[in-house]
Amino acid sequence: MSEIYFDHAATTPIRPEVFDAMLPFLKEGYGNPSSIYEIARTSKKALERARDQVATALGAQPGEIFFTGSGTEADNWAIRGVAELLKPKGNHIITTAIEHHAVLHTCEYLAKNGYEITYLPVDDQGIISLEDLEKAIRPETILITVMAANNEIGTLQPIEEIGRIAKERKILFHTDAVQAVGHIPINVSKMGIDLLSLSAHKLYGPKGVGVLYCKKGVALKSFIHGGGQERGRRAGTENVAGIVALGTAIELAVSELEEEAARLSVLRNKVIDGILEQIPHTRLNGHKTLRLPNNANVSFSFIEGESLLLLLDMKGIFASSGSACTSGSLDPSHVLLAIGLPHETAHGSLRITLGRSSTDEQIEYFLKELPAIVTRLRDMSPLYEDFLKRRA
Amino acid sequence: MLYSDKVMDHFMNPRNVGEIDDPSGVGTVGNVKCGDIMKVYLKIEDNSGVVEDAKFKTFGCGAAVATSSMATEMIKGKTIQEALEITNKTVMEALDGLPPIKVHCSCLAEEALHAALWDYATKRGIEITGLKPPVSDIGEHENVMAY
Ligand SMILES: Cc1ncc(COP(=O)(O)O)c(C=O)c1O
Repeated sequence: MSEIYFDHAATTPIRPEVFDAMLPFLKEGYGNPSSIYEIARTSKKALERARDQVATALGAQPGEIFFTGSGTEADNWAIRGVAELLKPKGNHIITTAIEHHAVLHTCEYLAKNGYEITYLPVDDQGIISLEDLEKAIRPETILITVMAANNEIGTLQPIEEIGRIAKERKILFHTDAVQAVGHIPINVSKMGIDLLSLSAHKLYGPKGVGVLYCKKGVALKSFIHGGGQERGRRAGTENVAGIVALGTAIELAVSELEEEAARLSVLRNKVIDGILEQIPHTRLNGHKTLRLPNNANVSFSFIEGESLLLLLDMKGIFASSGSACTSGSLDPSHVLLAIGLPHETAHGSLRITLGRSSTDEQIEYFLKELPAIVTRLRDMSPLYEDFLKRRA
Repeated sequence: MLYSDKVMDHFMNPRNVGEIDDPSGVGTVGNVKCGDIMKVYLKIEDNSGVVEDAKFKTFGCGAAVATSSMATEMIKGKTIQEALEITNKTVMEALDGLPPIKVHCSCLAEEALHAALWDYATKRGIEITGLKPPVSDIGEHENVMAY
């Protein structure tokens, strides 16, 4: 079997239609959208068409869409932008314990600069409690930032309800929807979202392009200073090809969403059920149904994730893990610890994220190869040895 | 992150995995918090003080498995005094190096060998010059949860 890519939450390949759409802007369509001659006007038009496509996909107005250099930049801008804008009103921000580092580290930065951050805990499935959210709100609260879908365990948050609470209490609501857009339905007006971050490379677009949706009337200041691009709110000559690609990618993703989500959730359940049924001492991480259609995250007791990934790699299967060794630190994933996993179980996690290339055959092959790999690692694990001795 | 071919070889085909019945010394080091636990079994011939056999069990990443494999290979056939010359540096060199964030795995291999030798010395009531008691922090894995 050729390579099996099960890491679509990390990034996705550029799909052919997207590649075709962006290619002319890497070749003859190189004009700077800020110039006035013909090739520049072509670029400008393409840019505005992409803005329309993104706006339509989100249920927003084109004037509310700002292109950025990444999802990370959109998160930074949203949070630091609101912090600066509403400083006279307050210094309190509410977020969750399971956000992406783009949000968490931005909040930590603000915490060092006079802001107060509440990190809402999550339950053992990875979902926040609306009651906790309401209780956390203070007169000084200026922003609620809660991710729509978690990148590790796929858990979906009750975005619409959070939006309603934020509106009632007159607090701005930002959501990091990098993993959600194009995968689950998102509509900013229906969901009461004031600010939203997304990223092209998670929906079959290129890396290095993102969007901040900023609701009309939220007068976020510029974060990147320079020229007058993006209506003076985000300087820097636009990544025209990347933006065109994002426009095409998001349009396609949203038009195919329902069908693809249905297809992937069947495959996802096959992965989850296949693992849990075949291999003892395993558990599902995240919510059984309130999760991204393409995300399966499972922990294997007694073994460590990186070893598992290396052995899968040898079989041509590319996946990811929340183990410390794969995070580049000594601690396993903060998300897995936040849902209450003990360290050793967090180290033994495996994330499978499916996508357009995923097939039934791939999953059958994976499920056929996995048990022997797990057994092999357990046979060399002192933790498993202890467990067997204690049980005997 | 890139592992050397040697590391990958010792990870894919680890030498000396297993247990020794009635071992002369056993050492367990590491902790579940950082995700690496190594357990080393040694069989030592009392008269000559030669390490006749070494086995290991390791919970950990590719580097942890590879360093366990290499360290047990290196100690076999050595006298106790020679064994003390095996350090994280020599294990790492024998593996053609490790990525910087994995260097602690090689320290663990050295500690595991020392802990097993310490256990041997304690059981036999002998003193091994130059050997320090192991810094043990494995307490946390006593109650590993099984799902
Ligand atoms: C939830 C979430 N937020 C933010 C990001 C960052 O996006 P980007 O890679 O475009 O900076 C990612 C991607 O890794 C993500 O999964």
